[in-house]
Amino acid sequence: MKTKGFKKLLALGLAAVTAVAFTACGSSTPAPAASGSADNGASADVYRTLDDIKADGTINIGVFSDKSPFGYVDENGDYQGYDVYFANKLAEDLGVKVNFVSTEAANRIEYLQTGKVDIILANFTVTPERAEEVDFALPYMNVALGVVSPEAAPVTSLDDLKADDQVIVISGTTAETYLTENYPKLKLQKYDTYANAKNALENGNGVCWANDNTEVIAFAKQNPGYTVGIPQLGNNDTIAPAVSKGNTTLLEAINAEIEALGAENFFHADYEATLLDTYGADFEDTLVIEGGKTAAQ
Amino acid sequence: MPDLGLEVLFKGTNMLRLLGGLGVALKISLIAVAISIPLGILLGSLMTWKNPVARAILRLYLETVRIMPQLVLLFLVYFGTTRWFGWNLSGELASIIVFVFWGAAEMSDLVRGALISIPRHQYESAEVLGLNKVQTYVFVIIPQTVRRLIPLSINLITRMIKTTSLILMIGVIEAMKVGQQIIEANRMSSPNAAFGIYLAVFFLYFIACWPISLLAGYLERRWKN
Repeated sequence: MKTKGFKKLLALGLAAVTAVAFTACGSSTPAPAASGSADNGASADVYRTLDDIKADGTINIGVFSDKSPFGYVDENGDYQGYDVYFANKLAEDLGVKVNFVSTEAANRIEYLQTGKVDIILANFTVTPERAEEVDFALPYMNVALGVVSPEAAPVTSLDDLKADDQVIVISGTTAETYLTENYPKLKLQKYDTYANAKNALENGNGVCWANDNTEVIAFAKQNPGYTVGIPQLGNNDTIAPAVSKGNTTLLEAINAEIEALGAENFFHADYEATLLDTYGADFEDTLVIEGGKTAAQ
Repeated sequence: MPDLGLEVLFKGTNMLRLLGGLGVALKISLIAVAISIPLGILLGSLMTWKNPVARAILRLYLETVRIMPQLVLLFLVYFGTTRWFGWNLSGELASIIVFVFWGAAEMSDLVRGALISIPRHQYESAEVLGLNKVQTYVFVIIPQTVRRLIPLSINLITRMIKTTSLILMIGVIEAMKVGQQIIEANRMSSPNAAFGIYLAVFFLYFIACWPISLLAGYLERRWKN
Protein backbone atom coordinates (compact mmCIF):
# COMPACT_ATOMS: atom_id res chain seq x y z
CA MET A 1 0.00 0.00 0.00
CA LYS A 2 2.65 2.43 1.03
CA THR A 3 4.68 2.04 -2.15
CA LYS A 4 1.57 2.39 -4.28
CA GLY A 5 0.74 5.71 -2.66
CA PHE A 6 4.30 6.82 -3.17
CA LYS A 7 4.19 5.91 -6.85
CA LYS A 8 0.99 7.86 -7.34
CA LEU A 9 2.56 10.85 -5.63
CA LEU A 10 5.59 10.59 -7.85
CA ALA A 11 3.45 10.44 -10.95
CA LEU A 12 1.46 13.45 -9.82
CA GLY A 13 4.55 15.47 -9.02
CA LEU A 14 5.99 14.59 -12.35
CA ALA A 15 2.86 15.67 -14.15
CA ALA A 16 3.04 19.00 -12.34
CA VAL A 17 6.69 19.53 -13.23
CA THR A 18 6.19 18.74 -16.87
CA ALA A 19 3.10 20.90 -17.01
CA VAL A 20 5.05 23.83 -15.59
CA ALA A 21 7.89 23.19 -18.00
CA PHE A 22 5.56 23.21 -20.94
CA THR A 23 3.58 26.28 -20.00
CA ALA A 24 6.85 28.06 -19.41
CA CYS A 25 7.75 27.11 -22.95
CA GLY A 26 4.36 28.06 -24.31
CA SER A 27 4.09 31.40 -22.55
CA SER A 28 5.95 34.38 -23.76
CA THR A 29 9.13 34.61 -21.72
CA PRO A 30 10.62 37.06 -24.19
CA ALA A 31 13.97 35.26 -24.07
CA PRO A 32 17.19 36.78 -22.85
CA ALA A 33 17.58 38.12 -26.37
CA ALA A 34 16.18 41.57 -25.72
CA SER A 35 18.29 42.34 -22.65
CA GLY A 36 21.56 40.48 -22.95
CA SER A 37 22.53 41.71 -26.36
CA ALA A 38 24.18 45.02 -25.45
CA ASP A 39 27.44 43.75 -23.94
CA ASN A 40 27.56 40.18 -25.20
CA GLY A 41 27.23 41.02 -28.84
CA ALA A 42 24.92 39.40 -31.35
CA SER A 43 25.94 35.85 -30.45
CA ALA A 44 23.75 35.89 -27.33
CA ASP A 45 20.57 36.59 -29.29
CA VAL A 46 18.18 33.96 -30.46
CA TYR A 47 17.84 35.70 -33.77
CA ARG A 48 20.32 36.47 -36.55
CA THR A 49 20.91 40.10 -37.47
CA LEU A 50 20.91 41.30 -41.06
CA ASP A 51 24.71 41.06 -41.12
CA ASP A 52 24.66 37.49 -39.76
CA ILE A 53 22.23 36.46 -42.48
CA LYS A 54 24.24 38.16 -45.21
CA ALA A 55 27.45 36.57 -43.95
CA ASP A 56 25.76 33.16 -43.98
CA GLY A 57 24.32 33.71 -47.45
CA THR A 58 20.98 31.99 -46.72
CA ILE A 59 17.87 33.38 -45.11
CA ASN A 60 15.34 31.08 -43.44
CA ILE A 61 11.79 32.14 -44.17
CA GLY A 62 8.81 30.40 -42.60
CA VAL A 63 5.89 30.04 -45.01
CA PHE A 64 2.80 27.90 -45.26
CA SER A 65 3.21 24.90 -47.52
CA ASP A 66 -0.49 24.05 -47.75
CA LYS A 67 -2.40 27.34 -47.88
CA SER A 68 -3.08 27.94 -51.52
CA PRO A 69 -2.87 30.58 -52.96
CA PHE A 70 -0.75 32.32 -50.25
CA GLY A 71 1.89 29.72 -49.59
CA TYR A 72 1.80 26.24 -51.09
CA VAL A 73 3.92 23.69 -52.90
CA ASP A 74 3.18 23.04 -56.55
CA GLU A 75 3.25 19.68 -58.34
CA ASN A 76 6.99 19.98 -58.94
CA GLY A 77 7.75 20.49 -55.28
CA ASP A 78 8.42 24.23 -55.57
CA TYR A 79 7.05 26.79 -53.14
CA GLN A 80 4.53 29.18 -54.72
CA GLY A 81 1.99 31.80 -53.72
CA TYR A 82 1.52 35.43 -52.75
CA ASP A 83 3.71 35.22 -49.64
CA VAL A 84 6.36 33.15 -51.42
CA TYR A 85 6.53 35.55 -54.38
CA PHE A 86 7.42 38.35 -51.96
CA ALA A 87 9.83 36.15 -50.01
CA ASN A 88 11.77 35.36 -53.17
CA LYS A 89 11.98 39.04 -54.11
CA LEU A 90 13.10 39.99 -50.60
CA ALA A 91 15.86 37.37 -50.58
CA GLU A 92 16.98 38.40 -54.04
CA ASP A 93 17.26 42.06 -53.03
CA LEU A 94 19.11 41.19 -49.82
CA GLY A 95 21.50 39.18 -51.98
CA VAL A 96 20.97 35.89 -50.17
CA LYS A 97 19.54 32.48 -51.00
CA VAL A 98 16.21 31.57 -49.47
CA ASN A 99 15.48 28.43 -47.48
CA PHE A 100 11.75 27.91 -47.02
CA VAL A 101 10.61 26.31 -43.77
CA SER A 102 7.14 24.79 -43.70
CA THR A 103 5.21 26.26 -40.76
CA GLU A 104 1.76 25.67 -39.28
CA ALA A 105 -0.58 28.37 -38.00
CA ALA A 106 -0.03 27.18 -34.44
CA ASN A 107 3.80 27.27 -34.40
CA ARG A 108 4.61 30.52 -36.23
CA ILE A 109 5.42 32.52 -33.09
CA GLU A 110 7.48 29.68 -31.62
CA TYR A 111 9.63 29.56 -34.76
CA LEU A 112 10.49 33.25 -34.40
CA GLN A 113 11.02 33.13 -30.65
CA THR A 114 13.57 30.36 -31.03
CA GLY A 115 15.21 31.93 -34.06
CA LYS A 116 14.62 28.80 -36.12
CA VAL A 117 13.47 31.08 -38.91
CA ASP A 118 14.50 34.67 -39.60
CA ILE A 119 11.18 35.85 -41.01
CA ILE A 120 7.63 34.53 -40.96
CA LEU A 121 5.76 35.25 -44.18
CA ALA A 122 2.79 32.99 -43.61
CA ASN A 123 -0.41 34.98 -44.01
CA PHE A 124 0.32 36.38 -40.54
CA THR A 125 -2.47 38.69 -39.36
CA VAL A 126 -1.28 41.57 -37.18
CA THR A 127 -2.91 41.52 -33.73
CA PRO A 128 -1.95 43.36 -30.53
CA GLU A 129 -1.40 40.04 -28.71
CA ARG A 130 0.98 38.77 -31.36
CA ALA A 131 2.79 42.12 -31.52
CA GLU A 132 3.91 41.53 -27.92
CA GLU A 133 5.66 38.32 -28.94
CA VAL A 134 7.12 39.21 -32.32
CA ASP A 135 7.91 42.36 -34.30
CA PHE A 136 5.71 43.04 -37.31
CA ALA A 137 7.03 44.87 -40.35
CA LEU A 138 4.88 47.02 -42.64
CA PRO A 139 1.74 45.30 -43.92
CA TYR A 140 1.33 44.02 -47.47
CA MET A 141 -2.26 42.79 -47.50
CA ASN A 142 -5.70 43.57 -46.07
CA VAL A 143 -8.03 41.08 -44.51
CA ALA A 144 -11.56 41.77 -43.36
CA LEU A 145 -14.87 40.00 -43.32
CA GLY A 146 -17.05 39.86 -46.40
CA VAL A 147 -20.62 38.90 -47.21
CA VAL A 148 -21.69 36.98 -50.29
CA SER A 149 -25.28 36.77 -51.51
CA PRO A 150 -27.21 35.65 -54.63
CA GLU A 151 -27.00 38.12 -57.50
CA ALA A 152 -30.79 38.15 -57.70
CA ALA A 153 -31.12 39.50 -54.16
CA PRO A 154 -27.80 41.11 -53.25
CA VAL A 155 -27.15 42.13 -49.65
CA THR A 156 -25.07 45.30 -49.58
CA SER A 157 -25.57 46.31 -45.98
CA LEU A 158 -26.42 44.23 -42.93
CA ASP A 159 -28.59 47.09 -41.64
CA ASP A 160 -31.01 46.58 -44.57
CA LEU A 161 -31.84 43.00 -43.56
CA LYS A 162 -35.42 42.30 -42.56
CA ALA A 163 -36.29 40.94 -39.14
CA ASP A 164 -36.57 37.30 -40.20
CA ASP A 165 -33.67 37.23 -42.66
CA GLN A 166 -30.96 34.82 -41.58
CA VAL A 167 -27.22 35.09 -42.09
CA ILE A 168 -25.12 31.97 -42.66
CA VAL A 169 -21.83 31.64 -40.76
CA ILE A 170 -19.38 28.85 -40.03
CA SER A 171 -19.07 28.15 -36.29
CA GLY A 172 -15.82 29.27 -34.71
CA THR A 173 -14.85 31.75 -37.39
CA THR A 174 -14.11 35.43 -36.84
CA ALA A 175 -17.32 36.20 -38.76
CA GLU A 176 -19.40 34.47 -36.09
CA THR A 177 -17.67 36.33 -33.25
CA TYR A 178 -17.90 39.68 -35.00
CA LEU A 179 -21.58 39.41 -35.88
CA THR A 180 -22.55 38.15 -32.43
CA GLU A 181 -20.79 41.12 -30.84
CA ASN A 182 -21.75 43.87 -33.24
CA TYR A 183 -25.11 42.77 -34.61
CA PRO A 184 -26.70 41.02 -31.64
CA LYS A 185 -30.17 41.21 -33.18
CA LEU A 186 -29.15 39.46 -36.36
CA LYS A 187 -30.35 35.87 -36.75
CA LEU A 188 -27.39 33.61 -37.44
CA GLN A 189 -27.52 30.19 -39.01
CA LYS A 190 -24.44 28.31 -37.87
CA TYR A 191 -22.82 25.45 -39.75
CA ASP A 192 -19.86 23.33 -38.77
CA THR A 193 -18.20 22.96 -42.13
CA TYR A 194 -17.54 24.98 -45.21
CA ALA A 195 -19.42 22.45 -47.34
CA ASN A 196 -22.60 22.66 -45.22
CA ALA A 197 -22.57 26.46 -45.24
CA LYS A 198 -22.16 26.38 -49.01
CA ASN A 199 -25.15 24.05 -49.38
CA ALA A 200 -27.23 26.26 -47.11
CA LEU A 201 -26.55 29.33 -49.25
CA GLU A 202 -27.27 27.41 -52.43
CA ASN A 203 -30.56 26.12 -51.02
CA GLY A 204 -31.58 29.60 -49.92
CA ASN A 205 -31.69 28.74 -46.20
CA GLY A 206 -30.18 32.15 -45.48
CA VAL A 207 -30.08 35.39 -47.42
CA CYS A 208 -26.31 35.75 -47.31
CA TRP A 209 -23.10 34.17 -45.99
CA ALA A 210 -20.51 36.01 -43.90
CA ASN A 211 -16.91 34.75 -43.82
CA ASP A 212 -13.35 36.03 -44.36
CA ASN A 213 -13.51 38.29 -47.38
CA THR A 214 -10.87 36.28 -49.26
CA GLU A 215 -13.09 33.20 -48.84
CA VAL A 216 -16.32 34.85 -50.02
CA ILE A 217 -14.57 36.56 -52.94
CA ALA A 218 -13.14 33.21 -54.06
CA PHE A 219 -16.58 31.62 -53.63
CA ALA A 220 -18.33 34.24 -55.78
CA LYS A 221 -15.62 33.90 -58.41
CA GLN A 222 -16.08 30.13 -58.68
CA ASN A 223 -19.85 30.02 -58.40
CA PRO A 224 -21.69 32.09 -61.00
CA GLY A 225 -24.87 33.74 -59.76
CA TYR A 226 -23.37 35.00 -56.52
CA THR A 227 -21.97 38.42 -55.73
CA VAL A 228 -19.92 39.87 -52.89
CA GLY A 229 -22.29 42.66 -51.78
CA ILE A 230 -20.10 43.63 -48.83
CA PRO A 231 -16.37 43.12 -49.56
CA GLN A 232 -15.19 44.71 -46.32
CA LEU A 233 -16.97 44.45 -43.03
CA GLY A 234 -15.81 45.33 -39.55
CA ASN A 235 -12.31 45.99 -38.39
CA ASN A 236 -9.85 45.83 -41.18
CA ASP A 237 -6.86 43.71 -40.23
CA THR A 238 -3.59 43.53 -42.07
CA ILE A 239 -1.12 40.81 -42.99
CA ALA A 240 2.55 41.61 -42.43
CA PRO A 241 5.94 39.90 -42.27
CA ALA A 242 7.19 39.25 -38.74
CA VAL A 243 10.68 38.89 -37.25
CA SER A 244 11.93 37.85 -33.80
CA LYS A 245 11.28 40.46 -31.10
CA GLY A 246 14.12 42.97 -31.13
CA ASN A 247 15.63 42.06 -34.49
CA THR A 248 15.64 45.69 -35.63
CA THR A 249 18.27 45.45 -38.37
CA LEU A 250 16.27 42.84 -40.24
CA LEU A 251 12.98 44.62 -39.50
CA GLU A 252 14.30 47.88 -40.95
CA ALA A 253 15.61 46.11 -44.02
CA ILE A 254 12.18 44.57 -44.66
CA ASN A 255 10.40 47.88 -44.12
CA ALA A 256 12.78 49.66 -46.49
CA GLU A 257 12.19 46.92 -49.06
CA ILE A 258 8.40 47.16 -48.78
CA GLU A 259 8.51 50.95 -49.14
CA ALA A 260 10.84 50.75 -52.12
CA LEU A 261 8.68 48.08 -53.78
CA GLY A 262 5.67 50.40 -53.47
CA ALA A 263 7.21 52.63 -56.12
CA GLU A 264 7.11 49.82 -58.66
CA ASN A 265 3.68 48.55 -57.60
CA PHE A 266 5.28 45.23 -56.72
CA PHE A 267 2.41 43.81 -54.68
CA HIS A 268 -0.04 44.45 -57.50
CA ALA A 269 2.25 42.42 -59.74
CA ASP A 270 2.40 39.78 -57.00
CA TYR A 271 -1.42 39.73 -56.83
CA GLU A 272 -1.69 39.37 -60.56
CA ALA A 273 0.82 36.52 -60.60
CA THR A 274 -0.58 34.53 -57.69
CA LEU A 275 -4.06 35.61 -56.56
CA LEU A 276 -5.80 36.76 -59.75
CA ASP A 277 -7.03 33.28 -60.64
CA THR A 278 -8.65 32.83 -57.26
CA TYR A 279 -9.99 36.30 -56.47
CA GLY A 280 -10.34 38.04 -59.85
CA ALA A 281 -9.34 41.60 -60.70
CA ASP A 282 -12.27 43.37 -59.02
CA PHE A 283 -10.90 43.11 -55.52
CA GLU A 284 -7.23 43.75 -56.22
CA ASP A 285 -7.21 47.19 -54.57
CA THR A 286 -9.33 45.94 -51.66
CA LEU A 287 -6.82 43.23 -50.79
CA VAL A 288 -3.40 44.61 -51.73
CA ILE A 289 -1.44 47.07 -49.60
CA GLU A 290 1.27 48.81 -51.55
CA GLY A 291 4.35 50.35 -49.93
CA GLY A 292 3.09 49.50 -46.45
CA LYS A 293 0.46 52.25 -46.55
CA THR A 294 -3.01 51.22 -45.41
CA ALA A 295 -6.02 53.31 -46.40
CA ALA A 296 -6.45 54.43 -42.81
CA GLN A 297 -3.04 56.09 -42.63
CA MET B 1 -17.07 5.26 -59.68
CA PRO B 2 -17.04 8.54 -57.75
CA ASP B 3 -14.51 11.21 -58.70
CA LEU B 4 -11.64 10.78 -56.24
CA GLY B 5 -9.43 13.35 -57.91
CA LEU B 6 -6.79 10.65 -58.39
CA GLU B 7 -5.45 12.46 -61.46
CA VAL B 8 -3.59 14.92 -59.22
CA LEU B 9 -1.37 12.03 -58.15
CA PHE B 10 0.09 11.96 -61.64
CA LYS B 11 0.59 15.70 -62.00
CA GLY B 12 4.25 16.74 -62.06
CA THR B 13 6.29 14.83 -59.53
CA ASN B 14 3.46 14.43 -57.00
CA MET B 15 3.75 10.63 -56.77
CA LEU B 16 7.50 10.82 -56.21
CA ARG B 17 7.00 13.52 -53.59
CA LEU B 18 4.54 11.31 -51.71
CA LEU B 19 6.98 8.39 -51.83
CA GLY B 20 9.76 10.72 -50.69
CA GLY B 21 7.53 11.74 -47.79
CA LEU B 22 7.01 8.10 -46.87
CA GLY B 23 10.78 7.63 -47.10
CA VAL B 24 11.31 10.38 -44.54
CA ALA B 25 8.70 8.85 -42.24
CA LEU B 26 10.25 5.37 -42.55
CA LYS B 27 13.80 6.63 -42.08
CA ILE B 28 12.92 8.41 -38.84
CA SER B 29 10.77 5.62 -37.43
CA LEU B 30 13.11 2.77 -38.34
CA ILE B 31 16.19 4.51 -36.95
CA ALA B 32 14.19 5.12 -33.79
CA VAL B 33 13.05 1.47 -33.72
CA ALA B 34 16.60 0.20 -34.20
CA ILE B 35 17.77 2.19 -31.19
CA SER B 36 14.76 1.89 -28.93
CA ILE B 37 14.17 -1.88 -29.16
CA PRO B 38 17.58 -2.93 -27.74
CA LEU B 39 17.48 -0.05 -25.29
CA GLY B 40 13.98 -1.06 -24.22
CA ILE B 41 15.07 -4.68 -23.72
CA LEU B 42 17.93 -3.52 -21.50
CA LEU B 43 15.76 -1.17 -19.48
CA GLY B 44 12.98 -3.74 -19.21
CA SER B 45 15.39 -6.31 -17.76
CA LEU B 46 16.61 -3.69 -15.28
CA MET B 47 13.00 -3.08 -14.24
CA THR B 48 12.70 -6.63 -12.93
CA TRP B 49 15.61 -5.99 -10.58
CA LYS B 50 14.97 -5.66 -6.90
CA ASN B 51 17.08 -2.48 -6.60
CA PRO B 52 14.60 0.17 -5.40
CA VAL B 53 16.60 3.17 -6.76
CA ALA B 54 16.82 1.73 -10.26
CA ARG B 55 13.15 0.82 -10.17
CA ALA B 56 12.09 4.27 -9.00
CA ILE B 57 14.11 5.98 -11.75
CA LEU B 58 12.77 3.69 -14.47
CA ARG B 59 9.25 4.03 -13.13
CA LEU B 60 9.59 7.83 -13.26
CA TYR B 61 10.85 7.62 -16.84
CA LEU B 62 8.03 5.33 -17.93
CA GLU B 63 5.37 7.48 -16.29
CA THR B 64 6.80 10.62 -17.91
CA VAL B 65 6.47 9.09 -21.34
CA ARG B 66 2.99 7.81 -20.58
CA ILE B 67 1.74 11.16 -19.35
CA MET B 68 3.16 13.30 -22.13
CA PRO B 69 1.49 13.33 -25.52
CA GLN B 70 4.07 12.78 -28.26
CA LEU B 71 3.25 16.19 -29.70
CA VAL B 72 4.24 17.85 -26.44
CA LEU B 73 7.50 15.89 -26.41
CA LEU B 74 8.20 16.96 -29.98
CA PHE B 75 7.65 20.63 -29.15
CA LEU B 76 9.78 20.35 -26.00
CA VAL B 77 12.69 18.77 -27.82
CA TYR B 78 12.50 20.86 -31.00
CA PHE B 79 11.73 24.31 -29.61
CA GLY B 80 12.54 23.79 -25.93
CA THR B 81 16.17 22.81 -26.46
CA THR B 82 16.72 25.90 -28.57
CA ARG B 83 15.10 28.11 -25.97
CA TRP B 84 16.88 26.69 -22.95
CA PHE B 85 20.23 25.46 -24.23
CA GLY B 86 20.57 27.21 -27.57
CA TRP B 87 20.84 23.89 -29.45
CA ASN B 88 19.53 24.14 -32.95
CA LEU B 89 18.37 20.57 -33.58
CA SER B 90 16.93 19.76 -36.97
CA GLY B 91 13.33 18.61 -37.08
CA GLU B 92 14.40 15.10 -38.08
CA LEU B 93 16.90 14.71 -35.26
CA ALA B 94 14.38 16.05 -32.75
CA SER B 95 11.85 13.50 -34.04
CA ILE B 96 14.32 10.62 -33.70
CA ILE B 97 15.17 11.67 -30.13
CA VAL B 98 11.50 11.82 -29.15
CA PHE B 99 10.67 8.51 -30.83
CA VAL B 100 13.60 6.75 -29.13
CA PHE B 101 12.63 8.26 -25.78
CA TRP B 102 9.06 7.10 -26.26
CA GLY B 103 9.77 3.75 -27.94
CA ALA B 104 12.37 2.64 -25.40
CA ALA B 105 9.97 3.34 -22.54
CA GLU B 106 7.10 1.39 -24.08
CA MET B 107 9.40 -1.44 -25.10
CA SER B 108 10.86 -1.66 -21.59
CA ASP B 109 7.38 -2.05 -20.15
CA LEU B 110 6.58 -4.79 -22.67
CA VAL B 111 9.81 -6.61 -21.80
CA ARG B 112 9.15 -6.27 -18.09
CA GLY B 113 5.65 -7.65 -18.58
CA ALA B 114 6.91 -10.57 -20.67
CA LEU B 115 9.63 -11.43 -18.16
CA ILE B 116 7.39 -11.47 -15.10
CA SER B 117 4.78 -13.48 -16.98
CA ILE B 118 7.15 -16.46 -17.14
CA PRO B 119 5.87 -18.72 -14.34
CA ARG B 120 8.10 -19.38 -11.37
CA HIS B 121 8.10 -23.12 -11.96
CA GLN B 122 10.01 -22.58 -15.21
CA TYR B 123 12.95 -21.23 -13.21
CA GLU B 124 12.60 -23.96 -10.63
CA SER B 125 12.35 -26.75 -13.21
CA ALA B 126 15.47 -25.42 -14.90
CA GLU B 127 17.29 -25.45 -11.60
CA VAL B 128 16.17 -29.01 -10.91
CA LEU B 129 17.48 -30.05 -14.33
CA GLY B 130 20.84 -28.72 -13.22
CA LEU B 131 21.04 -25.61 -15.39
CA ASN B 132 22.98 -22.70 -13.98
CA LYS B 133 21.64 -19.14 -13.97
CA VAL B 134 23.01 -18.19 -17.41
CA GLN B 135 21.83 -21.45 -18.95
CA THR B 136 18.38 -20.95 -17.42
CA TYR B 137 18.08 -17.58 -19.13
CA VAL B 138 19.57 -18.61 -22.47
CA PHE B 139 17.67 -21.89 -22.89
CA VAL B 140 14.46 -21.43 -20.94
CA ILE B 141 13.50 -17.86 -20.11
CA ILE B 142 14.68 -15.76 -23.07
CA PRO B 143 13.19 -17.97 -25.83
CA GLN B 144 9.79 -17.87 -24.15
CA THR B 145 10.03 -14.13 -23.50
CA VAL B 146 10.96 -13.37 -27.10
CA ARG B 147 8.00 -15.37 -28.36
CA ARG B 148 5.65 -13.41 -26.13
CA LEU B 149 7.26 -10.14 -27.18
CA ILE B 150 6.93 -10.52 -30.95
CA PRO B 151 3.29 -9.49 -31.41
CA LEU B 152 3.59 -6.73 -28.82
CA SER B 153 6.70 -5.18 -30.29
CA ILE B 154 5.33 -5.39 -33.86
CA ASN B 155 2.37 -3.43 -32.61
CA LEU B 156 4.75 -0.84 -31.16
CA ILE B 157 6.83 -0.61 -34.35
CA THR B 158 3.81 -0.04 -36.61
CA ARG B 159 2.51 2.51 -34.11
CA MET B 160 5.81 4.34 -34.32
CA ILE B 161 5.63 4.41 -38.11
CA LYS B 162 2.10 5.79 -38.03
CA THR B 163 2.86 8.37 -35.36
CA THR B 164 5.34 10.05 -37.71
CA SER B 165 2.31 11.89 -39.06
CA LEU B 166 2.74 14.21 -36.04
CA ILE B 167 6.19 15.43 -36.99
CA LEU B 168 4.82 17.79 -39.59
CA MET B 169 4.18 20.05 -36.59
CA ILE B 170 7.92 20.63 -36.24
CA GLY B 171 8.46 21.32 -39.90
CA VAL B 172 9.42 17.84 -41.16
CA ILE B 173 7.84 17.18 -44.55
CA GLU B 174 6.64 13.55 -44.43
CA ALA B 175 3.93 11.66 -46.31
CA MET B 176 0.99 13.28 -44.51
CA LYS B 177 2.30 16.80 -45.07
CA VAL B 178 3.04 16.16 -48.73
CA GLY B 179 -0.52 14.86 -49.04
CA GLN B 180 -1.94 18.02 -47.51
CA GLN B 181 0.25 20.13 -49.77
CA ILE B 182 -1.01 18.34 -52.86
CA ILE B 183 -4.64 18.60 -51.76
CA GLU B 184 -4.37 22.33 -51.06
CA ALA B 185 -2.44 23.14 -54.23
CA ASN B 186 -5.31 21.60 -56.20
CA ARG B 187 -8.15 22.92 -54.05
CA MET B 188 -9.67 24.83 -56.96
CA SER B 189 -8.96 22.50 -59.87
CA SER B 190 -9.72 19.15 -58.17
CA PRO B 191 -11.84 19.76 -55.06
CA ASN B 192 -12.28 16.00 -54.57
CA ALA B 193 -8.55 15.33 -54.46
CA ALA B 194 -8.70 15.03 -50.65
CA PHE B 195 -10.32 11.57 -50.95
CA GLY B 196 -7.88 10.28 -53.52
CA ILE B 197 -4.81 11.63 -51.79
CA TYR B 198 -5.75 10.37 -48.35
CA LEU B 199 -6.53 7.02 -49.94
CA ALA B 200 -3.05 7.03 -51.50
CA VAL B 201 -1.49 7.98 -48.15
CA PHE B 202 -3.43 5.14 -46.52
CA PHE B 203 -2.00 2.68 -49.05
CA LEU B 204 1.51 3.99 -48.50
CA TYR B 205 1.28 3.42 -44.75
CA PHE B 206 -0.25 0.03 -45.47
CA ILE B 207 2.60 -1.13 -47.71
CA ALA B 208 5.05 0.15 -45.12
CA CYS B 209 3.45 -1.72 -42.20
CA TRP B 210 2.17 -4.88 -43.92
CA PRO B 211 5.58 -6.57 -44.43
CA ILE B 212 6.32 -6.05 -40.75
CA SER B 213 3.06 -7.78 -39.82
CA LEU B 214 3.88 -10.61 -42.23
CA LEU B 215 7.30 -11.06 -40.68
CA ALA B 216 5.72 -11.23 -37.24
CA GLY B 217 3.23 -13.86 -38.41
CA TYR B 218 6.05 -15.89 -39.91
CA LEU B 219 8.14 -15.75 -36.74
CA GLU B 220 5.18 -16.69 -34.57
CA ARG B 221 4.42 -19.72 -36.73
CA ARG B 222 8.06 -20.75 -36.83
CA TRP B 223 8.49 -20.57 -33.08
CA LYS B 224 5.18 -22.16 -32.26
CA ASN B 225 6.78 -25.20 -30.68
